[in-house]
Amino acid sequence: MLIKTVGGYWDPIVWIVAFIVIAIIAYIIRAFGKREYKGGEQTKPFLSGVEEPSKEKVHVRASNIYWGFIEALKGYYDYMKRMHSGVVNDYVAWFVGVAAIMFVVMFAAVII
Amino acid sequence: MIYNLPFLTVVALIAIGMYAIIFKRNLIKIAVGITILESGVNLFLITLGYREGGVAPIFTNLPPGISPDQIPEKMVLPVPQALTLTSIVIGVAVLALILSFTINIYRKYGTLDAGKIRRLKE
Amino acid sequence: MNVMEHLPALIIAIPLLAAFLTPLVDKISKKVRNAVVFIALAATFILTIFLVQDVFENGIMIYVMGASNPTQTIPMQAAVPIRIVLEIDGLSAFMALISVLIALIGLIYSFSHVEERGGKFYTLFLLMLVGMLGMELTGDLFNLFVFLEIASIASAALITYEFKRGSTTEAALKYIVISSIAALFVLFAIGLLYGEYDLLNMAAIAKAIKITGLSNIDMIALILFFAAFAMKAGAAPMHMWMPDAYGEAPGAVSMVLIAVTQASLYALLRVCFTIYADSLHVVIPAAIIIFGLISIFIGVTMALIQDDIKRLIAYAAVAEVGYILLAIGVGLYGVLNNEVELYARKALQGGIFHIFNDILDIGLLFLVAGGIIYITKERNLNKLGGLAHSMKYTSILFLIGLAAVAGLPPMNGFASKIMIYESVYKVSPILSIVAILASIIMLAIFVKIFHSVFTGPKISEQKDVPKLMLASMIILAALIIFFGLFPDIIINNIVNPAVNALIENAAYISNVMG
Repeated sequence: MLIKTVGGYWDPIVWIVAFIVIAIIAYIIRAFGKREYKGGEQTKPFLSGVEEPSKEKVHVRASNIYWGFIEALKGYYDYMKRMHSGVVNDYVAWFVGVAAIMFVVMFAAVII
Repeated sequence: MIYNLPFLTVVALIAIGMYAIIFKRNLIKIAVGITILESGVNLFLITLGYREGGVAPIFTNLPPGISPDQIPEKMVLPVPQALTLTSIVIGVAVLALILSFTINIYRKYGTLDAGKIRRLKE
Repeated sequence: MNVMEHLPALIIAIPLLAAFLTPLVDKISKKVRNAVVFIALAATFILTIFLVQDVFENGIMIYVMGASNPTQTIPMQAAVPIRIVLEIDGLSAFMALISVLIALIGLIYSFSHVEERGGKFYTLFLLMLVGMLGMELTGDLFNLFVFLEIASIASAALITYEFKRGSTTEAALKYIVISSIAALFVLFAIGLLYGEYDLLNMAAIAKAIKITGLSNIDMIALILFFAAFAMKAGAAPMHMWMPDAYGEAPGAVSMVLIAVTQASLYALLRVCFTIYADSLHVVIPAAIIIFGLISIFIGVTMALIQDDIKRLIAYAAVAEVGYILLAIGVGLYGVLNNEVELYARKALQGGIFHIFNDILDIGLLFLVAGGIIYITKERNLNKLGGLAHSMKYTSILFLIGLAAVAGLPPMNGFASKIMIYESVYKVSPILSIVAILASIIMLAIFVKIFHSVFTGPKISEQKDVPKLMLASMIILAALIIFFGLFPDIIINNIVNPAVNALIENAAYISNVMG
């Protein structure tokens, strides 16, 4: 079970035991809570007094997830989209380019 | 110089082939480019196997004037020729596959321009 | 005839024979065809296990094709090996085991839904396996090229199996153009080495390079090998064919394509660690590390913006290749600097273990994605949703794959990734920082899939995936959990022989050259 890594070790069984112990502790702490609490107005989301729309209407679609992240890195993604042009000639050009760079670097490194 | 001529041809063929693959947008021309590239590599292999005054390693079919004693020196190890034949056969298979893909792409996309065949991008 | 003696040849010959038998048997009945294909693959699997066991116990196994004595590598009258030699060391055995195992699981998966043109499908499927196995078992450079082409042609044809969708043919065309160019450059490099040494056997070339040192021609050949195999292995920035091909191929084929990719990765390892070995300049490990970092970074960031479910997983596969390259590069760097025990052995263990984990994790996700596409006929994440209501088992299996690929403990992905993080830290902390950050984004990517496919309101009533499909996914998930809980068993018994084969290349040479 135990494997040695460079800095220490990794043992999944120890991890699982620790996980179970922590889960039990968390459950015990949770059990201290008041049982009679049933929710009410406070648990609902507050949308400036507007009624909450149904779950079908507010389900976030895939392309909207991480919208902020993608918007923040817009410059990078614009460049990446241009790089992944989907033209087969470009794929080969990348290959030739990488090989050419490796030629230059390798021979330069060996000469120096 | 004259002995280097085949190698210069190899370089020229590979350069022409790569030029066609990188800069030509027509799928048929890309296929032609791959074939030229392949011919260059095949020519390279077959040139490596050339030995001056060599004979084919077939004992029963020796040319007149060569006694069996000289055989080991005169006979050529036929490995490069075997490699080239194999490579040609593989090349035909690849070419056939590329052309059949091209036919299907033309049916579905209505074009052979690689610049327009890019539904898969980003 | 002693079967054990002829194992390497049989492992290649049985699927090859079955591949060409399949179209004939297909004319009789579909059941018989499936039985033939399954029996052939199962037999190959059992023989591979025997082979792996033999190699791990008794060291390198040699098989000379067409010789009266299959272990006599150098013929009587010659000084160098002329015949085709199959040479199986720990690494080859490890890769062969992965390939056959994955092909078997993929076959079970395909049985559930491949109906029309099934004869052709299974023929190509078996040929793809033959190509991979040949690449991994051979000790001869030209033979490597031939099997590389067999694997490429078979997988290109399989990618466009659903040829009625035009985009599959587009992906297949890109794949075959890239593959044939890479293969031609490999052939050119083989020609360069042959012109210099008059040799094709890897061990013999390795010995010659060791004696004469690295000449300029060797270096040109090395760069051509390196660039070609790196492209076939999917290293960024030459990875663009990978999302196309993986994304458009049918479910099981995407998974087996990972094994084909890793066969190219194996060839890269063989060239770097065995043929060139100590004469390598330190630029090569640096280049592998840089390729690894770029692959990780581009893979995860591009995956984040995909909307096609399989294309998204394919970009994650690019990132996983990056992890393997990163670990291998660090390992090679350590081997060249004589720091094997310090970190290189651990890095290589992590990298080799990650080869197995990559194919299990990404493979499981591809199978789940294939199942979703099979049931809903929809691949766009924006139009999917709420499938957990009807596909309970599939969603649980997807969660297991998600946890494994993102490297959450206690899954197998974590076990190999923690070895990679800690060992690459010794070379430069930046490497582990990028690796860990990418791992976090990886989790975000798959949370995106899980959120948009499985959670949310029910869109339409669906049934769960067919039973055989589910069975193959469960096998993969069980392997993932087993590898996660008992990583020591895998590392000590399967990974370590492969790592030793990488570090000690002298045995590989001496077994052929005497």
